Amino acid sequence: MKKGPNPLAANEVYRLPLLLFDARCRACWLVLGLAVLVGLSFWSLDLQWARFFAPDAVARMGRFLAELLAPSGDPKFLAKLLPAALETLAMSAVGTLLAAIFGLLLALPASRTWPGDRALWRAPTRLLLNVLRSVPELMWAALLLIAAGLGPMAGTLALALHTTGVLGRLFAEAIENAPEGPGFALRLRGIGEGRVFLYAGLPQILPQLLSYTLYRWENNIRAAAILGVVGAGGLGQMLAFHLGLFQMAETSSVLAAMLVLVGLVDAASFAARRLMAR
Amino acid sequence: MNGAATTVGVQPRDPAWWGRVFWLLAAVVLLWPLFVLAEFKPWILLSPGSLKPALRFVAGFFPPRMDGEFLWLVARETWRTVAIATAGLVLAMLVAIPLALLSVRVLSISALAGPMARLPAAMRIAVRAVLVLLRSVPELIWALVFVRVVGLGPTSGVLAIALTYGGMLGKVYAEILESGETHATTALLRNGSGRIQAFFYALLPASAAELTSYTVYRWECAIRSSAVLGFVGAGGLGQLMDSSMKMFNGGEVSTMLLVFVALVALTDRLSAWLRKALG
Repeated sequence: MKKGPNPLAANEVYRLPLLLFDARCRACWLVLGLAVLVGLSFWSLDLQWARFFAPDAVARMGRFLAELLAPSGDPKFLAKLLPAALETLAMSAVGTLLAAIFGLLLALPASRTWPGDRALWRAPTRLLLNVLRSVPELMWAALLLIAAGLGPMAGTLALALHTTGVLGRLFAEAIENAPEGPGFALRLRGIGEGRVFLYAGLPQILPQLLSYTLYRWENNIRAAAILGVVGAGGLGQMLAFHLGLFQMAETSSVLAAMLVLVGLVDAASFAARRLMAR
Repeated sequence: MNGAATTVGVQPRDPAWWGRVFWLLAAVVLLWPLFVLAEFKPWILLSPGSLKPALRFVAGFFPPRMDGEFLWLVARETWRTVAIATAGLVLAMLVAIPLALLSVRVLSISALAGPMARLPAAMRIAVRAVLVLLRSVPELIWALVFVRVVGLGPTSGVLAIALTYGGMLGKVYAEILESGETHATTALLRNGSGRIQAFFYALLPASAAELTSYTVYRWECAIRSSAVLGFVGAGGLGQLMDSSMKMFNGGEVSTMLLVFVALVALTDRLSAWLRKALG
């Protein structure tokens, strides 16, 4: 390669050295902002690492975890565990089912199905769905305990409320993205909006709705297992009870039951989706 | 097809109508035991014993408590919620990145020629098992355990998020790295570069945007779960809300709910904007 000035340029090309910090560099500002956020977070929280990693705390934690690895196999206790696991399963299934029904009902006003549709209710319904969605299940459960009392119903309703928000939004997107042809053909014949949805919209999006619902069911079984911690029934309530009394063997069995239940539901949902995809 | 049966204006009956009704009823009968198991009795909500306290509590929501002293407290706790999520996520990345690097199959030198050697393959399976184990215990349970052993405070929340999210991030990081374009990485490794070099110059640039956007999405999730962790005593907005709920103070609860919904909406926007900017 020839050294020297660029032969094409009339004058020598000057290159400024790269700036260390350029005010127009968005990535630099981003990284700076992140560093400040992280720094402030660690600085402002009174994190007690010393207390956490003090020798006696570490020893206690080790003992705790060792006890957690030895589940209780007492048949009397296992007999109590089974109904609680079934209760958790029922909570998650009923919560998801209710959420699918109400989510679909709310998704209808929240979607614009054809170009001339004014969709007056679209913005308010979406706001409602967003609020339902942004409050986590556990917070709903704690709120509902006052109205529904201790027990699985508060948990079921909490799951239903949060999941309605999630599914309603997903369903509304699915309705809006469905091909318009069949609905257009029915509308031309003067058929009402309700029937247009039942016979043109719904058949097209049903597989998608089912797969969203199954996916949320997988999420909800995890949520249902821990909802009981605030008193909303199921395995979580047993966990909080036995952990509170430091009965580690029982706690460990409850945890194992949770993991098994989640695994089973995952497998069932996976199988169902494989079956539908065929 | 005879066109006479379906003229415009005559709406044909649904031929499958009775079948649909039958399957709907069958589903209701089959699902009934689940409703019994979940003790689902919505009429309880309307019984006077539970309706009256519930209505009194909800009536307390208006007006939300808005005096300066309380708002300052809420602002401080909201920041703590964000800080717990951020600190937890940073520690989770410290857990996730090394584990993800250890478990990525693309960075194996022995796998360049034929099947991977016995020891590295076993190590990768072990690391993946650790990640799955970390991920499958919900953060709330870690937090419960830490609160019992060490005591109330944000440290438990930070560590709980770090462990669960470490597992999640590690697993997904490894998946993203393996699903991306890996030809450049194998080319570098075949030409004798080290694994760290191959990672920084080939594997990471290929999927940096996707990794970052997943991390931002998880940060958003961590904020929601750090608020929830407060309910078991890990500090932040959740703990404040829990104590207000126990005192049936509707006005305070409604202020905090409003702040929380606003916070979630804000992080949602921020994360969507960041992910779009990353492309």
